[in-house]
Amino acid sequence: MSIYYHSVRLDREKCKGCVNCIKKCPTEAIRVRRGKAEINEEKCIDCGECIRACPNQAKYVETDSLEMLKSYRCSVALPPPSLFGHMRATVPPDQVLSALTDIGFDSVFEVAVGADVVSSEIKRLFRSGEISGPIISSACPAVVRLIQVRFPDLTGRVMPLSPPTEVAAQLARQEMLSRLGCAAGDIGIFFLTPCAAKVTSVKAPVSGIPSNIDGAIGVHQIYPQLNRCLKKPHQKLLKSLASGSGMAWGISGGERLAVGLENYLVVDGIHNVISVLEELEMGHLGGIDFIEAQACTGGCVGGYLHALNTFVARVQLRKLARELDKKKSPSEKQHSQLAWLDCQVPRITVQPRQIVYLDTDINKAMIKMADAERVAQLLPGLDCGACGAPNCKALAEDIVLGKAKETDCIFVLRERIMDLSLHVYDLAKIRPPAMNQPGGEGSES
Amino acid sequence: MNEQSREEQSLFLEFPLESLDFMRAGEASSELKQRLKKLGVKPELVRRAAIAAYEAEMNVIIHARKGTMRVEITPARLLILVEDEGPGIIDIEQAMQEGFSTASQAIRELGFGAGMGLSNIKRCADDLVIQSTPDQGTRLQITINIEKSDR
Repeated sequence: MSIYYHSVRLDREKCKGCVNCIKKCPTEAIRVRRGKAEINEEKCIDCGECIRACPNQAKYVETDSLEMLKSYRCSVALPPPSLFGHMRATVPPDQVLSALTDIGFDSVFEVAVGADVVSSEIKRLFRSGEISGPIISSACPAVVRLIQVRFPDLTGRVMPLSPPTEVAAQLARQEMLSRLGCAAGDIGIFFLTPCAAKVTSVKAPVSGIPSNIDGAIGVHQIYPQLNRCLKKPHQKLLKSLASGSGMAWGISGGERLAVGLENYLVVDGIHNVISVLEELEMGHLGGIDFIEAQACTGGCVGGYLHALNTFVARVQLRKLARELDKKKSPSEKQHSQLAWLDCQVPRITVQPRQIVYLDTDINKAMIKMADAERVAQLLPGLDCGACGAPNCKALAEDIVLGKAKETDCIFVLRERIMDLSLHVYDLAKIRPPAMNQPGGEGSES
Repeated sequence: MNEQSREEQSLFLEFPLESLDFMRAGEASSELKQRLKKLGVKPELVRRAAIAAYEAEMNVIIHARKGTMRVEITPARLLILVEDEGPGIIDIEQAMQEGFSTASQAIRELGFGAGMGLSNIKRCADDLVIQSTPDQGTRLQITINIEKSDR
């Protein structure tokens, strides 16, 4: 068993062993072996790029099911801000929360409220000088894990605060405990997740601090029921406490708006995030205090499990956030947040994930790197992926590490067959002395 | 890029550098950074080596006609040797000062030539040797210790 938990899984039945996912993986963690796309658990960051890339729906997110609600006396749903962008014709948030109780949750606590709390703590940390730029947001767990795997030197630049999801879970539990007076174990906190990355952060948090969340239920599982319940009268009427800026965390650029810093950089899409982190690592991002980086295009509204088109949802959520900001008078806004704002946001530290690429001994690693370069010279450089590795360079390293053979490359194999067949042909032309030579009887060669 | 290992414990990398090739600027140092990470060199050293290599690479691209960056890695240290054919540096001491630059307006408009290159290299390097002949070229030898820094 691996020490890493992963929510991105492979359905071996559906996998045809094509090369789509290996090409898209930002950490080159996938190899096709024996016709199936196997994931290297050490390198996988659960970003879900392979899920998007798979034409056969062979990659999927393992999420918890609604059945889990039955194991708790009291269940609380944590809807993320992005969920509200995916409601058709922008249903008011109050309605969405009420409909969530209709599908079986006893209570609801908005992650956007957690976002408000985290926003004000981020502002405070910058103001007090406790942190100084450039600091990378800790909100997207796929980005944080990307940093652990590919940018170990930047782990110290990650915002040292728990993300809004965790803060919301903590507040929800506190509230339910004081309201119900039951045992902590009676309360089940369920995050409605838009992506694989957040499932993993519930089951295996990057910080190492156990999550306050008991289950991560994919939003795709609740959309059908939710939409049905939205059409019917609700049993309970709930009131949304989220502010517009809390809601805006669901869109790329929303977090930096909420935090209100002048010198920021916003980037979305995992491959774009990589290019920005490369720049940061080289010290080229001087003067930037805050980097909001999200693995999904568009931010959390672009989460793979969501229903609508990312860009449609983004417009809807942005509109909703603006309306909320306008609607609430400052005093009302304060009222909705005051109770939470003095809560402690747990501190986190992020450690690099120690990955051995070639060898733990630098001497041996150097020999292997030189060998890999020699092998790479023999490969065609087409990066076709037919060998099961994402590119020729990766195959060369796999060969040096004993995980692949040169003949795994169909071009090398074809050359070998060509050489062999020419050799066979040459041998076939040789005749034993006792046999008649070509050209007929008695002829001398 | 060529690469070979002459002995068991050293690795050689070579990158040709072209004058004013801004499209590919930074590729050599970026490649070096990836290699060092794969070798398992300590992140702090990777960062210093990459920044020093980047500045040296940019200096050739901005100022010289052409050049090469050669890197020799041994378990003990990293040696980055950048040689170019170009205008050379007339006053090395002056060139080492932060903010001193002979880059043209056009180069500055591209966001380069701020006069921080050599001082940045010096900050990142454990040892820096600059040799230059005006109108001929410049040779930069940057050393970064690996072993001593308790890898």
